[in-house]
Amino acid sequence: MTTSTQSGAIGAISETLLYLDGVTVSFDGFRALNSLSLVLEPGEMRAVIGPNGAGKTTMMDVITGKTRPDEGKVVYAADTDLTRLDEPAIAALGIGRKFQKPTVFEPHSVRDNLLLALHNDRRPKFTLFARETAAERRRIDEILATIRLTEQQHRLAGALSHGQKQWLEIGMLLAQEPRLLLVDEPVAGMTDAETAQTAELLREINRTRSVVVVEHDMDFVRALGVKVTVLHEGSVLSEGTIDRVSADPKVIDVYLGR
Amino acid sequence: MSPRLTTTTLILLLGAAAAMAVLHLATPPGSALHVPTYAVSLTGKYLCYAILAVSVDLVWGFAGILTLGHAAFFALGGYAMGMYLMREIGARGVYGNPILPDFMVFLNWKTLPWYWHGFDMFWFAAIMVLVVPGVLALLFGYFAFRSRVTGVYLSIITQALTYALMLAFFRNDMGFGGNNGMTDFKDLLGFPLAADATRVGLLLATAVMLALCLLFSSAMVRSRFGKVLIAVREAESRTRFLGYRPESYKLVVWVVSAVMAGIGGALYVPQVGIINPSEFAPANSIEAVIWVAVGGRGTLAGAVLGAVLVNFGKTVFTSWLPSLWLFALGGLFILTTLFLPRGIVGTFRRRDPVLPAPVTPAASAAREVAS
Repeated sequence: MTTSTQSGAIGAISETLLYLDGVTVSFDGFRALNSLSLVLEPGEMRAVIGPNGAGKTTMMDVITGKTRPDEGKVVYAADTDLTRLDEPAIAALGIGRKFQKPTVFEPHSVRDNLLLALHNDRRPKFTLFARETAAERRRIDEILATIRLTEQQHRLAGALSHGQKQWLEIGMLLAQEPRLLLVDEPVAGMTDAETAQTAELLREINRTRSVVVVEHDMDFVRALGVKVTVLHEGSVLSEGTIDRVSADPKVIDVYLGR
Repeated sequence: MSPRLTTTTLILLLGAAAAMAVLHLATPPGSALHVPTYAVSLTGKYLCYAILAVSVDLVWGFAGILTLGHAAFFALGGYAMGMYLMREIGARGVYGNPILPDFMVFLNWKTLPWYWHGFDMFWFAAIMVLVVPGVLALLFGYFAFRSRVTGVYLSIITQALTYALMLAFFRNDMGFGGNNGMTDFKDLLGFPLAADATRVGLLLATAVMLALCLLFSSAMVRSRFGKVLIAVREAESRTRFLGYRPESYKLVVWVVSAVMAGIGGALYVPQVGIINPSEFAPANSIEAVIWVAVGGRGTLAGAVLGAVLVNFGKTVFTSWLPSLWLFALGGLFILTTLFLPRGIVGTFRRRDPVLPAPVTPAASAAREVAS
């Protein structure tokens, strides 16, 4: 993919998938985000790291419409201001979100979880009469293979292991066919083998979609091998390759060292 | 609810009602097999409560909306039917006024209030039975769900709704008979209400209506819509990030449920022969929740079973020790919560995927508050 980030600000905006401009969020005087700015190119995978309270999850909340910023803009696909929209409207634009704690619909089977996530009409007048089509069945089978849950497809989501739930949730994101995926700490609580498989899964997803990964696990971020943004006290502290940010004295001071 | 459970329930329900009808009409009163009139009417009443219970289970069991005001919709349906039955009395009332019901003559009213027009026609009253609870539910639900009021807060508002309606209907100048409500009904569509055949007909009509409500609810919760509804119950905010609008889903099921409750109330009034503001009493709505909890939340069939069993218990108990009934009901609720958190049907159907872990009313309320 060719990008023209050097061609100037206007060019950068038109090529940009997501652009956070001076976003500030305060909770009772505490600034969770402090004039945060961030640019994401189409097709990019970005890792966001930072100590607890750096504003990582709040940033996700702002992008997905859960929290409205006090100041600043969030521009998606060059022309949409996300701060004016609510969660379902933002989801419909093609932004999917995976939560830190896996949130799947536990009383439903793995297949049904994916069925509900499939890109479709979301209104009751559609779902009341919808029948599962052959195309939907095929798409669910494909996703099951991608997330390695084909064997488990008829089990209840509540009966899956922690790692399997995380994958199911990633599968649900894929089913939504988003342009941008926001993934919050996908490997928290996973075994090393599961972590490696998850890195592979995210790289696979990144072939067709843009991804933002919030993570604590530095080995995992290194395994992803993508551009890293370090947040601290609600704004960007450092940005670049993992080696560059790990060598940055400011980063060592607040996050890695001590 | 599984298709097999639905079928079993329908067969039992319609079979029992039909058997009762035959045993009542075809055997002489002295016979050992004879079903007395009061038993027919009592069963009809239980089945009306069962319709209310199914409507409560639809919103509480599947959408997670703990309604403590559903008897309001039941009573509104009942009042719409009561207004028709009042107009049907005509000149046979105590004061012999062909247009004005007795209580209006007693209050010295000269003309019929505008909202009483049309209730002399059964079809109009039948439409109002559906429309009045439906429109109230639509307005209430639209504002409550759009403002994202959930959990115990929503429960409290539903309780306030039914209490407010009770106070309003107690007022004589509302034009619904005030404290005394409406009674002394003579006939329905020309059939005298005191006749045995009419009572049997009402029982059968109630059984068929309950069967239709069960079938409809069962189809609804097994559709993709129903799956979204269960998803909303389990993780409402997650459904938003998938692009669903939980408020629309809740509103649809809430209105359907309110209309269903209204139908139950409309069938109830001709069988008990009276409708008054005490039907709006908050305790009635809470009792309906207990029936569902005892029978098994989120199973539909359990709602029917719970309504019939608890009300049968109430009939027996109140003839022995009337003053202790509320203690017995409270005790039953506590015992169910402790020992049968999934209710009777839920306990015997462990593999059913509808509810993952024991969900007691208290636990679900606590979880909703925490979320």
